[in-house]
Amino acid sequence: MTGGARTLEPWRWLGIPMLQVIIATLLFAMPIRIWGLGLPEPVFALPLAFAWAVIRPSMLAPFCVALLGFFLDLLWGGPLGLWAVCLLIAYGGALAGRALMAGQGRGAMWGWYGLLTAVAMGAGFLFVMLDVRGMPSPLSVFWQFLATVVLYPLADRLIERFEDADVRFR
Amino acid sequence: MSLRDNPLGELKVPLTWTAGIVFLVVLIASGAILLSDRREAFETDAYGRTRTATDKALGPVGEVLSAPGRWTGAGVEAIRGYFFAVSENRRLKAELKEMRQWRDVAIALRDNNERYRALLGLKTDPPIPMVAARIVTDSRGPFANSRLANIGKEAGVKIGHPVMSENGLVGRVVGVTDGVSRVLLLTDVASRTPVMIDRTNARAILTGDGGPNPRLEYLRGQDPVRDGDRVLTSGDGGLFPRGLPVGRAVKGLDGRWRVVLASDRAPVDYVRILLFEDFTQLANRAELNRTSAPPPTPGATTLPPPAPATPTPKTVAPAPRTASPPASQGMASGATQPAAPASPNGAAR
Repeated sequence: MTGGARTLEPWRWLGIPMLQVIIATLLFAMPIRIWGLGLPEPVFALPLAFAWAVIRPSMLAPFCVALLGFFLDLLWGGPLGLWAVCLLIAYGGALAGRALMAGQGRGAMWGWYGLLTAVAMGAGFLFVMLDVRGMPSPLSVFWQFLATVVLYPLADRLIERFEDADVRFR
Repeated sequence: MSLRDNPLGELKVPLTWTAGIVFLVVLIASGAILLSDRREAFETDAYGRTRTATDKALGPVGEVLSAPGRWTGAGVEAIRGYFFAVSENRRLKAELKEMRQWRDVAIALRDNNERYRALLGLKTDPPIPMVAARIVTDSRGPFANSRLANIGKEAGVKIGHPVMSENGLVGRVVGVTDGVSRVLLLTDVASRTPVMIDRTNARAILTGDGGPNPRLEYLRGQDPVRDGDRVLTSGDGGLFPRGLPVGRAVKGLDGRWRVVLASDRAPVDYVRILLFEDFTQLANRAELNRTSAPPPTPGATTLPPPAPATPTPKTVAPAPRTASPPASQGMASGATQPAAPASPNGAAR
């Protein structure tokens, strides 16, 4: 039995997806060019932060989100804490809007995810601007936003799999 | 069963609140870490142990993960070389013919340069040693553009060393540990590089913004840059040696001057790290500071030693004539003459 388990063990809905995201991020950080173009750099951790908040409120999930953020900062060489804060903003937004999202269709959820992704990346844009006193390229931010928004099916799959796994949060 | 009777119904509210409080605590802690980060300082102590340890761990991981990509690339190159050997041979022959002419010009210029240097007694910059490295990870996002190279402290790499590909400048080292160095790319939003336009010698600061073409900022002068001008490092500030190729100037869609980086012409898989020390550091500053002023020229008259302090009588108003030096001061009086141009009729004479 895979999807309908009654108990929601942390390693199943937090641990394994986290490991998958780390591996995917590492793979996309390889110095590979195809037809002269580098790989895109989507934020694989954002669908996870969104899905974890939608699945259920948890005390462990914020720590996992922050850990993923710190991993991204260390791997990509950005300011330490930047992605931790951005991911937590998206997580917090989804947690606060959980009641509004309940029972909505896939398209509407994709819209919510896109909105929270935009908020998280907008926050990153502002933090970087204040940190280095220079404006990051909006076009570059937009490409990363686009590459991240198309990852919603990953969040959808996780939500479908674990949303009803804990009877207290149906 | 009503909600009040259900024990799980009571559990729901506290858990939600607790989760919210935990979220806030983690958010505040992460924000504090972000505020205390000093990445933009690009100093050894600011890089931190966490980053050093992570880079050390990521180096081998990146090397293993990038191996299939490297092998595939090498395989594709081998197949392409086999099938396009004839056309490649033709192209190389044409290039060789052109290069032979350039070689003769270069030899003549080198000879001229050596003679001029000997005549002028110029002290030229010492040659820069360099080490080769392979890139194992690459980040291309809008907020951070950096790469990990598989060579570190053991090869003499230090923070600040410039990094080049075979085509041009890539960036500089901002973190180094055993076996791994982190290279901040010219495109990173925190990167600032002093550059000059080859044609006009106009100075500018190359400012990264996370996009592929960094901006040219603080350009000075009338028409300092034109489309297609070559951009080189200026060497100002001693961060980079002068004259490293950076790229070509182009007008961006936003109306700003930008640079198409020379290093983007080919994939940056191998790089050269220049073990460059700022040439001004090579001078013995302590010795320079110890050097006393040169002795006075023999036979030249100098200012008399200062007279001992005597109480001067009080005057009602300073007379302008008293400002004129006595004639006996010779050279000294001559030195003060230009300071009295107020007399239109040459009264100071």
